[in-house]
Amino acid sequence: MSISRRQMLLLLPAAAVAWKHVLAGTPEASPNYKLSDHWWGMLIDITKCIGCGNCVRACQTENDVPDGYFRTWVERYHVSDYDIENPHVDSPDGGKKGFLPSKEEGGKNFFVPKLCNHCSDSPCTQVCPVGATFISPDGVVLVDQKYCLGCRYCVQACPYGCRFIHPQKNVAEKCTLCYHRITKGLTTACCENCPTGARQLADLKNPNDPIHEFLKTHSVQVLKPYMATHSKTFYNGLDGSVR
Amino acid sequence: MPGVEGFMYPNEVELQWSVLIVLYPFLTGLVAGAFILASLERVFQVQEVKPTYRLALLTALSFLLIAPLPLQLHLGHPERSYEMYLTPHKTSAMAMFGFVYLWYLMAVLVLEIWLDYRRDIVLLSQSTTGWKRLIYRMMTLGSSNLSPRALAIDDRVGWIITLIGIPSAFLLHGYVGFIFGSIKANPWWSTPLMPVVFIFSAMVSGIAAVMLLYMLLTWLRKETIEITCVDTVARYLFYTFIIDFSLEMLDLIHRIYESDESFRSLDFMVHTKLYMSHIVIQIVLGTVTPILLLALTQLWKLGEMARKRIYVLAGCLTLIGIFAMRWNVVIGGQLFSKSFLGYTTYKMGLVTREGLLVAIVLTVMPLVILGVLVKLLPPWPEKKSGSLPDIAPAH
Repeated sequence: MSISRRQMLLLLPAAAVAWKHVLAGTPEASPNYKLSDHWWGMLIDITKCIGCGNCVRACQTENDVPDGYFRTWVERYHVSDYDIENPHVDSPDGGKKGFLPSKEEGGKNFFVPKLCNHCSDSPCTQVCPVGATFISPDGVVLVDQKYCLGCRYCVQACPYGCRFIHPQKNVAEKCTLCYHRITKGLTTACCENCPTGARQLADLKNPNDPIHEFLKTHSVQVLKPYMATHSKTFYNGLDGSVR
Repeated sequence: MPGVEGFMYPNEVELQWSVLIVLYPFLTGLVAGAFILASLERVFQVQEVKPTYRLALLTALSFLLIAPLPLQLHLGHPERSYEMYLTPHKTSAMAMFGFVYLWYLMAVLVLEIWLDYRRDIVLLSQSTTGWKRLIYRMMTLGSSNLSPRALAIDDRVGWIITLIGIPSAFLLHGYVGFIFGSIKANPWWSTPLMPVVFIFSAMVSGIAAVMLLYMLLTWLRKETIEITCVDTVARYLFYTFIIDFSLEMLDLIHRIYESDESFRSLDFMVHTKLYMSHIVIQIVLGTVTPILLLALTQLWKLGEMARKRIYVLAGCLTLIGIFAMRWNVVIGGQLFSKSFLGYTTYKMGLVTREGLLVAIVLTVMPLVILGVLVKLLPPWPEKKSGSLPDIAPAH
């Protein structure tokens, strides 16, 4: 096929503009990130959480989370003396604007930040009819939003209530452990903005990660262990009253 | 927060599965139940229910054709739903169920209807004119062989398909129960009894629906209702109902006795938010009353007119009760928090994509389709109207 010079003069600039668009739409590469080197989790220290709500706000800003839905949220527990079975719990707007002083007297009060537990045996990935939600080789449970049907089966299957359907995109959404950040050596938005260090990103495959020492020296629990989801979100100081 | 009592995880406040997901097991339940009734005649040779045989098959088909619609309307991206067939996730009960549905529709129901009606389709393709003739000719799939040997093959293959169809019908609806019953995160749903309860309540609703439709259509056709047929169908309804009721009571008693961590929250929910739909509509009006009415006809010799009236009342109450059961399972399972500390409210829209109006239209549509099918493939020989030639069932 022979192209005339006139055709070439028209074609080249068009091709250049198109190529720029392709490049602009391509995400930044992380050429040094090896998936098999990492196994991500999170450590949450209840003894340090002050319920400021920074994490909820940071997450919303970083990930464009719609109002009324939460990739992460903070619950406040009030456990009156002796009554571990009936805590009073509240989470006004997910704790986004912090908490107003409690009117309840006595007992103990503490805050529990929650997020997707990135379970290694997650019921949500099991039930997805098309495999749109999956666990990445580096341990992060993700949703392919271009493939998700929005059937809501995964939302029903999650014991922790961490999933929701995006009101505009009509697909499943949840905490991604700021995958776009952690693959570039940054920490998650919530951990970055926590003033007390109550939230810490943990790389279980990294022998130098402080989580290993922490797990050895503290009493650590996961939420709803009887669900056998093998959650990778570890809680230090988790009270028996936490639901 | 408006509509929320106590504490709910923030993402739990909005219900995920709407009235359309209540409608779906109701419709597929009618399919499975109608088919089981049809198979009573074909496989177990219960001659008395023969007048309902073809009607039951057409009823099953009408509902099965519409049943995917509530699912499609509910999906966030219905245009991607074919991916469930192209790239099914093998660990997902929902994905595997798509194939069960397809199998049942194509390999069981459509095939059985075609085989049973084949002789009539061929005759109609020769006797009608115009566009009707075209439709019947297409349905013959090119064969006009009505030799005794061909008809015998139709009969034999049809019998085998019905035989395979019985476990297929159980699988079709039991699977829906399994989709709910296998969710460990939800204690209202998570029980191995769920598929069994769904199957038996499906049978109850299907038998009641066919009984009512038979009585209605016969009355509309100004023919006489064969009372031995209706008596037998009602008897099977009664027996199935006893089993269904026993299973539901077993679940209830088991929960009360075992009293696990979810019990107090669920018990409170049933006594408050679900009081009307569960206690009053499902149990009292929808189960106990029809059982007592049917028991009345079994224990005392009542006149034909009285029996017919009781059957109609019992049948209607049954359908309402089984719908209420689906409602209580689906909606009820989402009204309480998985923290067991609170409750939310179901805000059903009216003219929204998943609203009440759509649910009503989807419930009526199968009846419209049934009306068309009954005209196209008459279940009974036309004695009085005479617009189509006298057609007798193939076997």
